[in-house]
Amino acid sequence: MKIKRRDFLKGLAGSAVLAMAPPAIAASSEKNRLPDALGILYDATLCVGCQACMVACKKANNMPMEFSGSQRQWDNPVDLSSKTLNIIKEYENGTAKVKDREIDGYAFIKRQCMHCVDPACVSACPATAMTKDPKTGIVSYNKDACIGCRYCAVACPFDIPKFEWDNPFPKIVKCQLCNHLVAKGQIAACASGCPTGASIFGPVKDLLIEAERRQTMIPGKYYEFPVAEVSSTKKEVHKVKQYIPYIYGKNDGGGTQTFMMAAVPFNKLGLPTLPDRSYAAMAENIQHTLYKGMILPIVVFGGLIFLVKRSEKNKKE
Amino acid sequence: MKDLNFTDPVNEKLKGVSRRDFMKFCGIMAASMGLPLGAGAKIAEAITTAKRRPPVIWLHGQECTGCTESLLRTSHPTIEHLILDLISLDYHETLEVGAGHQAEAALKKSVKDNAGKFVLVVEGSVPVKDGGVYCMIAGRPFGEIVKEVAAKAAAIIAIGSCATWGGWQSSDPNPTGATGIPEFLNGTTVVSIPGCPPNGYNFLSTVAYLLTFKKLPALDALGRPKFAYGRLIHENCERRPHFDAGRFAEQFGDEGHRLGYCLYKLGCKGPMTRNNCPVLHYCDVGAWPVNTGRPCFGCSEEGIGFTIPLFTEADIENVTPSSVHAPIQTTRGGGISKGAAALLGGIGGAAIGAGAVAAKRLGDKDKGDNS
Repeated sequence: MKIKRRDFLKGLAGSAVLAMAPPAIAASSEKNRLPDALGILYDATLCVGCQACMVACKKANNMPMEFSGSQRQWDNPVDLSSKTLNIIKEYENGTAKVKDREIDGYAFIKRQCMHCVDPACVSACPATAMTKDPKTGIVSYNKDACIGCRYCAVACPFDIPKFEWDNPFPKIVKCQLCNHLVAKGQIAACASGCPTGASIFGPVKDLLIEAERRQTMIPGKYYEFPVAEVSSTKKEVHKVKQYIPYIYGKNDGGGTQTFMMAAVPFNKLGLPTLPDRSYAAMAENIQHTLYKGMILPIVVFGGLIFLVKRSEKNKKE
Repeated sequence: MKDLNFTDPVNEKLKGVSRRDFMKFCGIMAASMGLPLGAGAKIAEAITTAKRRPPVIWLHGQECTGCTESLLRTSHPTIEHLILDLISLDYHETLEVGAGHQAEAALKKSVKDNAGKFVLVVEGSVPVKDGGVYCMIAGRPFGEIVKEVAAKAAAIIAIGSCATWGGWQSSDPNPTGATGIPEFLNGTTVVSIPGCPPNGYNFLSTVAYLLTFKKLPALDALGRPKFAYGRLIHENCERRPHFDAGRFAEQFGDEGHRLGYCLYKLGCKGPMTRNNCPVLHYCDVGAWPVNTGRPCFGCSEEGIGFTIPLFTEADIENVTPSSVHAPIQTTRGGGISKGAAALLGGIGGAAIGAGAVAAKRLGDKDKGDNS
């Protein structure tokens, strides 16, 4: 079969339409914060690494213990997994003498689901198994709707959804902000279990106000910090460390409902550096543009039919 | 028998005991049960105002009498005086003065006179094999005596591991068919005070509670008082910080053992055993196995003591995190294991071989076609 110059140019023009379309229609807006969203503020400078949040999390969510290495005495996962929804990790540098210092220091960081404002896992899920609650914004998982494709695990920029590789009837496992406790008017187990106020639970807008209050504190002075809940009357007095002037999660990856504060740069603590625009919004923009009104698919399909017909005709000749 | 006349006022019997000693004793009873401060006074009141001393019948089955011995060594001043005089101990083969027919007559009389009022304490297990011939008292199988006396008791207390779940005689192959009292008297409420021996205060506290509040203390599913057997030894152990920090004695007499590190790796069964030994030490001198450097062997827990080998590492019931934290970056996958590499190599080799053979045959076939 020979392709005529004319047909070749036709095809080229079609591809050009495809290629040029996205920027032309890239107006799909990003999702905004829900007014009643709930979340967690984790302050690494207040964390003492006791791992009480991990114990509370396992108890509240009925999670099995996880052993690493040959030791079977402790529940000591090395990363989030299908058995661990919440983990305290430790950054160490050099002599690791002083807490919350980047050089020759150490610091703790809590890893759990960030409950993104515009979650990539929800966007990637082809079966609506991942959902974001329209009121609280909690990203939860429905195993009955799940088809096991694990797109959510691939899509998540924080590497949160985990697949039960060792289960013959596997499901995805992730932190759901203790929504079974929230439904009963309680708070997330990790926050209620935290003795120092490093993890506090509350409405996202209040958490942001609290985080910004901490940003204005003078290092070396003593301040009161709420324990367990942002609105709690129980306070702990701590000496303030030199915060990194940045609230992780305020804008990162389109914003999250879990915020992190620390005295060591966030990329050193294993948190990814993300653009302010969510990956979900970018991907959805491309896809929604491609399929808008089904115009492009119809054009491509028409083109294909045309090519096939032309080739059949050529064969006959 | 010391006294068969129960109508003596108790106060007379307290003459040789100072008020201070007596109040101390009652306070210790209350504290060991975790009762509020006022309970000590209540216990004192219950004991001193009792019109009749509650009769107690103590039966011995298959056992070593260690429970009685340890109870007698609760060394607060005049403890045996108080207990033996406050209760009317009508039958106790180790402590009674009478013997033979005289002792048996006292038992019969007490059961008859105090039917439905006495407390029955059983020490030792019941052999059920071969018609119970392995433990005969006064010509009768022990099981028969237990059944007969238990039917008329107001409350039944099984003291020691033998009486609660069979103890060491029930270890495999259990030649006598040793059975604990709760199982033997299936369906009857039996308060279990397991241990080999149990802490005397766990027994005394239960009795004091019974006398004071006229009811049994809160029991767990196995009939053990919760105040004593509610928590794992591991939870209250003084060596627990060493466990959490990963500091272990690796063998008897090594550096870690001498420094008082955790005995888990020497086979300590504290993580599986429910008892209050680390809180309420033995013999009033602050001693219990673990603080002498000897791992707990789970004497009070069925299926652990006398069952799991002494130096076998225990299963951890409530797993908690260690003091070691996860690193920020973790390497995923441990590379390829030796076995997997060998298997893959084998499969690869076989495939290459098969391919070569197939190719050769193809060539042969071509040759054949050409010729």
